[in-house]
Amino acid sequence: MFLSMNWIGDFVDLSGLDKLSLIKQFSLSTAEVENDIFMKGADISGVVVAEILSCEPHPASKKLHLLKVDCGEGEPVDVVCGAPNARAGIKTAFAKVGAKLGEIDIAPRDLAGFTSYGMCCSEKELGISEDHGGIMELDESLANGTDLKDVFAIDDIIFEVDNKSLTNRPDLWGHYGIAREFAVLANRPLKPLPTADLSQYKDLPPVDIKVEDPLCYRYTGIQVENITKNVSPVNMKIRLNYCGMRSINLLADLTNYLMLEMGQPMHAFDARKVESIRVKRFAEPFKFTTLDGVERDIDPNTLMICNGDTPVAIAGIMGGLDSEIVADTTRLTLESATFDAASIRKSSVRLSHRTDASARYEKSLDPEMTATAAARLIGLLQEIDPGVKVVSSLTDVYPFHYPERVLRFDKHFVDRYTGIEISNDRIVKTLTALGFGVTNEGDDFTVTVPSWRATKDVTIKADIIEEITRIYGYDNFAVNTAKAPLYPIRPDTEKTVEDRIKDILVKHFRLHEVHSYIWAYNDEYKGLGIEVEDNVRLANASNPNIEVLRRSMIPNQLCQVSENSQFDSDFGVFEIGRVVEGLNDKGLCDEHKKLGVTLFSKTKSLETLYYELRDMLALLTADILHRDITFKPMQATHSYQHPKNLNAVICGGQTLGEIGVVYPTVARRIDKKAAVVYAEIDVPAFAAVKPEEIVYHEVGKFPEMTIDLNFLANTFLPIRTAIELLRCPIIRKIGVIDTYQDENGKSITVRIVFGHDERTLTGEEVKAVTDKLIADLAKANIQLKM
Amino acid sequence: MAKTIEELRAELEKALSEITGAADVEKVNIAFLGKKGYVTDMMKTMKDLSAEEKKTFGQVVNTFKQEATKRISERMEQLKAKELEAEINAVPEFDLSIPAEPAKGSYHPITLVQRECEKIFKSMGFTVEDYSEIVTDYECFESLNIPKDHPARDMQDTYYLDNGQLLKTQTSAAQNAIYGKYKDALEKEGKPIKAIFPGRCFRNEATDACHENTFFQMEGVMVDKDISISNLIFFMKTMLSEVFKKDIKVRLRPGFFPFVEPGFELDISCLICGGTGCPSCKHSGWLELCPCGMIHPEVLKAGGIDPEVYTGFAFGLGLTRLAMMKYGVKDIRDLNSGNLKCLSQFPDDE
Repeated sequence: MFLSMNWIGDFVDLSGLDKLSLIKQFSLSTAEVENDIFMKGADISGVVVAEILSCEPHPASKKLHLLKVDCGEGEPVDVVCGAPNARAGIKTAFAKVGAKLGEIDIAPRDLAGFTSYGMCCSEKELGISEDHGGIMELDESLANGTDLKDVFAIDDIIFEVDNKSLTNRPDLWGHYGIAREFAVLANRPLKPLPTADLSQYKDLPPVDIKVEDPLCYRYTGIQVENITKNVSPVNMKIRLNYCGMRSINLLADLTNYLMLEMGQPMHAFDARKVESIRVKRFAEPFKFTTLDGVERDIDPNTLMICNGDTPVAIAGIMGGLDSEIVADTTRLTLESATFDAASIRKSSVRLSHRTDASARYEKSLDPEMTATAAARLIGLLQEIDPGVKVVSSLTDVYPFHYPERVLRFDKHFVDRYTGIEISNDRIVKTLTALGFGVTNEGDDFTVTVPSWRATKDVTIKADIIEEITRIYGYDNFAVNTAKAPLYPIRPDTEKTVEDRIKDILVKHFRLHEVHSYIWAYNDEYKGLGIEVEDNVRLANASNPNIEVLRRSMIPNQLCQVSENSQFDSDFGVFEIGRVVEGLNDKGLCDEHKKLGVTLFSKTKSLETLYYELRDMLALLTADILHRDITFKPMQATHSYQHPKNLNAVICGGQTLGEIGVVYPTVARRIDKKAAVVYAEIDVPAFAAVKPEEIVYHEVGKFPEMTIDLNFLANTFLPIRTAIELLRCPIIRKIGVIDTYQDENGKSITVRIVFGHDERTLTGEEVKAVTDKLIADLAKANIQLKM
Repeated sequence: MAKTIEELRAELEKALSEITGAADVEKVNIAFLGKKGYVTDMMKTMKDLSAEEKKTFGQVVNTFKQEATKRISERMEQLKAKELEAEINAVPEFDLSIPAEPAKGSYHPITLVQRECEKIFKSMGFTVEDYSEIVTDYECFESLNIPKDHPARDMQDTYYLDNGQLLKTQTSAAQNAIYGKYKDALEKEGKPIKAIFPGRCFRNEATDACHENTFFQMEGVMVDKDISISNLIFFMKTMLSEVFKKDIKVRLRPGFFPFVEPGFELDISCLICGGTGCPSCKHSGWLELCPCGMIHPEVLKAGGIDPEVYTGFAFGLGLTRLAMMKYGVKDIRDLNSGNLKCLSQFPDDE
């Protein structure tokens, strides 16, 4: 919203004060002012009142005229002018040689063979309005040579307030409310709004108004006729234009002017079309054409203004085409009303039609304004067009009153909230200046909230704190650290585990951490041949590619790996993120935090890569939990899982997740030759496993004995089981040092380390153990390879 | 016939000069000083000599023996030195002009910025809280004093799910649960609530270089008896100076957020120009950084905390925005792209 310092100056005398620093203070105490401040008129000089003494046609041009102009400097000046309304006898705005109009410097200039010493100006050329239809025609009583800036308020400071920062301040949607803030900041009095005394018309017949819906809080109407003027005064046009509104005609301008001045939207109906005003909703939807010519769908929630049963306006949003004021309108009905804010906002969202009026109504306007606004408008109208006649009483239907708000607090409350000392006097002074009724006894305060702040803005004591402190100035606050007792902070286990997982994967295994979205990537899944599995859905996504929440980290990760297939021949990515596994028994999303890891390699075999990933998981558990992991085969149930080598990852008796190979066709679409393996781990489950205590083992004084045995076997599992079954106390460690495949089948070289804490082992006792093992395995049909 | 000493001496010199490697020295050693070597042979001839002659001859042989030992070991050292030199010379000069290619992993930039913030707050005694991404209307709005008709609840801003829940639009959605978690310790043990909760948030909007539907924030709250606006300004200034590693000026402006009262927009002095005005702060000298305020009494009440006894402040930092500022990321979409060309550039914090 653009604001005019001149307009504000109508209501508070700011003379002698630095306006720019006041605007800055306003930004810090009230609402955000945009950086660009416009010094209107600063680029206009040398424009004066001048009289056209004669006007002859230009011999070589149909459009141009040759003028003699008296600009108050004795000798008439020769001017070439193309305006259609240029004629002898009128006074106009004249830019003399040497004048400046924005970027233009006025200098003698040849136009079709004649030299023009200056330029007659249109309103647009002076930045006063958008009117470029002809040169300005000024009051004949003005003396030639008078600087135009002495006639019209061309010089002004215009600043813009971010509308978002006014969301909660319905009182600041017009200049009068803004002026109240400036008055407080400048410590100067706020002047009352000049209004017409409408009580003189109380005996005239009322306007027929009936409010039939609680969504209308107040409806005030008055009728006038005999309006003879159609064009707004220049100063009014200037203000409208500076504040971003086009001048249309006197009545439209007046309602807009009132909206910009008081924040009260108003509407003027042709009284011939609107005789009995009814405010109501309709049970059935229908179509309605607004005054911008657009046909709109009205639903049963939309509040309408009607003439009897015929809708004539969408309440608080826009009038209808049929009841608009037209050229032959002589009598009009003025509406000044307040409606339910939420209803107006919803209707305007539903209609996708936001207007200056609806933007204000949805902020919860003060209903107390309607009658004052009507009186202000009538006053202005009578001033501009003295022949205008009021033909009804001010008719006021006021079914809903906001309750009066009285708040009580004490000095201690203010001290506690602010942390600084603000005196009782200052509290009283600030609140009084803002329009609050204040009584103060000792340290106790009773505050009555003014109507313009009581619709939603100021409702509780904490709101009063804001009023006191923003005017006090946050820059003036002494800043202090808090006084609070000290306690140790125990870091959250899960969070610590998460950080360590990331560290190990990045530092040790050189993986890359990525982020992906929480939903399935429909299009990308299709590209890879991954099925989008049914799950909780987004109810209102605007993008058709976003539809279903992900059940697993892996499919999105595979999409990302696929995108990166040219990044390197070998790489791995991981993410700790959320998945949703349907709904739980309370109907809420079953959300899980998971670690997803995917490895990609064009140089390693699938088997090697798989073991690499296995070793990563093993290091995670060994490092963080001090525990080994084991695996248990699983059935594939998802389209991206290879049916073989899918294993549950088990640690400390808990299943933590799975490790697997990517389904061959999916892997081939990621890259024709690459091996792709993945693992997915439930992070809270991982963090819930209690780490094994670290137990120190004295290093033995006696030498260990290492025996390597080579068995013909397909897997290590039966060998390990057989060794474990020996329950042999002198076996310290078992491992696989080699696997080998030849024409005789697969062989596995097992290394067993023997040792004893108290003596050196003999060859015989070790041989007894290995012989037993070999014999046991032979029974299970696993032969020692010679 | 045994050789004379002179012959032997000449032969030794000849043999030593002919050999080229340290390994050959041993052969010479064996030939002259070994059990069956020339010296032994010579000693054997002594038995035919008289006692007088034996004595003289013995001395001569011994002298030669010592001399030969010395000469052989000298030659040995000489050859070893030569071999070592050759070994050293054999190592080529390595080409360090070939670019190094350290294989390194990478953290997501959000992780790095988040960790940095967490470290600062942990050092001030704040706990770090985790919270779900899918929340209820109550958590995200109702408990935060966001009334039913507030624009923040409009369909176009929030991703609603078909079960009635929603993707959290703000980290504030965790506030209610955090008050619930710590209110007993606050009330019964007098432990202030000091918590930060970083997390991922979602807004239903079209994405472009500056807008994302998925981004990270970090919320912080402190609740105790007598927490004041003065404390809020202190904490924000201190924390932000740590985050940006320089003395930051802050200023508060009134800002409206339903869950705080009073609410503020916090600006920091421009990081580029320091406050004098430059293009990146649109010549204002200030950057709007984060919303904050005193926790609304209704929000405390919804969390089971008596607002007549306790007050608190809350703030929300945009982690995604911080990461973009810190690393100069221009297109916000890079962060969720999974594009390793972008994301592999962040090997570590510090």
